[in-house]
Amino acid sequence: MSKISVKNMDLYYGDFHALKNINMEIESNEITAFIGPSGCGKSTLLKSLNRMNDLVEGCKITGDILLDGKDIYASNFDINLLRKRVGMVFQKPNPFPMSIYDNIAYGPRTHGIKSKSKLDDIVEKSLRNAAIWNEVKNDLKKNALRISGGQQQRICIARALAVDPEVLLMDEPTSALDPISTAKIEDLVHELKKDYTIVMVTHNMQQATRVSDKTAFFLTGEVVEFGKTEDIFSVPKDKRTEYYITGRFG
Amino acid sequence: MSKVIRYAVKISAFLTFGILFFIIGYILFRGIPHLTPSLFSLKYTTENVSLFPAMITTILIVALTLLIATPIGVFTGFYLVEYAKKGNKLVEIVRIATETLSGIPSIVYGLFGMLFFVIRLGFQYSLIAGTLTASIMVLPLIIRSTEEALMSVDDSLREASFGLGAGKLRTIFRVVLPVAMPGILSGVILAIGRVVGETAALMYTLGTATKIPNGFFSSGRTLALHMYLLSTEGMHVNESYATGVILLIIVLMINSLSTYLSNRLMKGR
Repeated sequence: MSKISVKNMDLYYGDFHALKNINMEIESNEITAFIGPSGCGKSTLLKSLNRMNDLVEGCKITGDILLDGKDIYASNFDINLLRKRVGMVFQKPNPFPMSIYDNIAYGPRTHGIKSKSKLDDIVEKSLRNAAIWNEVKNDLKKNALRISGGQQQRICIARALAVDPEVLLMDEPTSALDPISTAKIEDLVHELKKDYTIVMVTHNMQQATRVSDKTAFFLTGEVVEFGKTEDIFSVPKDKRTEYYITGRFG
Repeated sequence: MSKVIRYAVKISAFLTFGILFFIIGYILFRGIPHLTPSLFSLKYTTENVSLFPAMITTILIVALTLLIATPIGVFTGFYLVEYAKKGNKLVEIVRIATETLSGIPSIVYGLFGMLFFVIRLGFQYSLIAGTLTASIMVLPLIIRSTEEALMSVDDSLREASFGLGAGKLRTIFRVVLPVAMPGILSGVILAIGRVVGETAALMYTLGTATKIPNGFFSSGRTLALHMYLLSTEGMHVNESYATGVILLIIVLMINSLSTYLSNRLMKGR
């Protein structure tokens, strides 16, 4: 069974039909990339996977999204637990204006972990997993806003890892970063694949080829093509995919 | 052209500072020589025109007003920004009402307070009538500044918190509130300033009694009111200036205390 399956899903923002009949299987321990031009619906689908779209007024969803076979839009599905299991990293690094330690500990504390030694362990482990422990281990009390953008984004990844999620959603996590930080995040994503299922929206097609196992190409609210990344980029089945990846539009 | 603007900017700044310093200097110059020990006697008499009872009343009124208006105002601000749906009719009405109320002259509040609290509810001229009137008066100020402060908090922080599985309450209290705190506090400081400087609204609600109020239903006068009355009577203009000095010192103390508290709060997290 796949980790997440999206079935006949439609999404509306008021009258605007933003996603049209989406069907997709996202497998465990794989990196799935969403590509496509701006406004094609890739971020919208990503945000539906942990119900962040609930925060948008006038957003309506039909069809099913299943996590381990359970409908996450069912009325008895605990939305806070869903977001614990399906974590998210945003486009712009958004650390809380508090210390690095408190940033990482925020999630575990939210879910009821109070013991100092336990929190210490989680903080260290999360920072190590996000490949930033060595850079900040002596500055855990430092305000997270006083470190570089690339480091902030890894802090945000560590913060998402700290609640021990199963799936990690990444919404263009490197678009605000310099090339060196981008390379670090990409390496990290590759490492994280062992333990997590990762879904990543990217504007950058090279990034999709570098890191992802599967790629979905979106256009005006539809998934035009979805398959193995090497197939999508070498032998695209749809003309529109070919035009997009060869840079004829988008 | 740029030269003209540069001079205009400099002259404006100079004028502003100059006038402010002149006012403060003038009050100090006129007031300090008349700060005699008898001004601080426990009891007011027509001889000593003691300002001590008025000082206590001022502090009482400010404290009680904040006690009532701050929680109501801050929570209303939270409701408007964090809970109410956008485009909600009720929210629009509350917003228009607060904006209108923050613009009307304080004597209107005084009139309302007198007709409603003093006469209708039978509170007489009293601490409680004054406090309630002052609370209503500063409520729009606190609501507006809370709203502004909350709206200036980046939505990405709320998203980050929700994204970690935190609920609304935790997000608001742990993430949004600390960031918005300085803005909310500056609204509270402005509210303090308004109460301390208020005369018209309090004259008809708190009354003008010269003693320290001995209960919620007892009348009193604030320093600003005391000053006004002394100077209109024309007999004690010098003491009125001395009262002005004390008023300046109290405002200065309250402001530094609030700044200190907000800094402490910021450091604490």
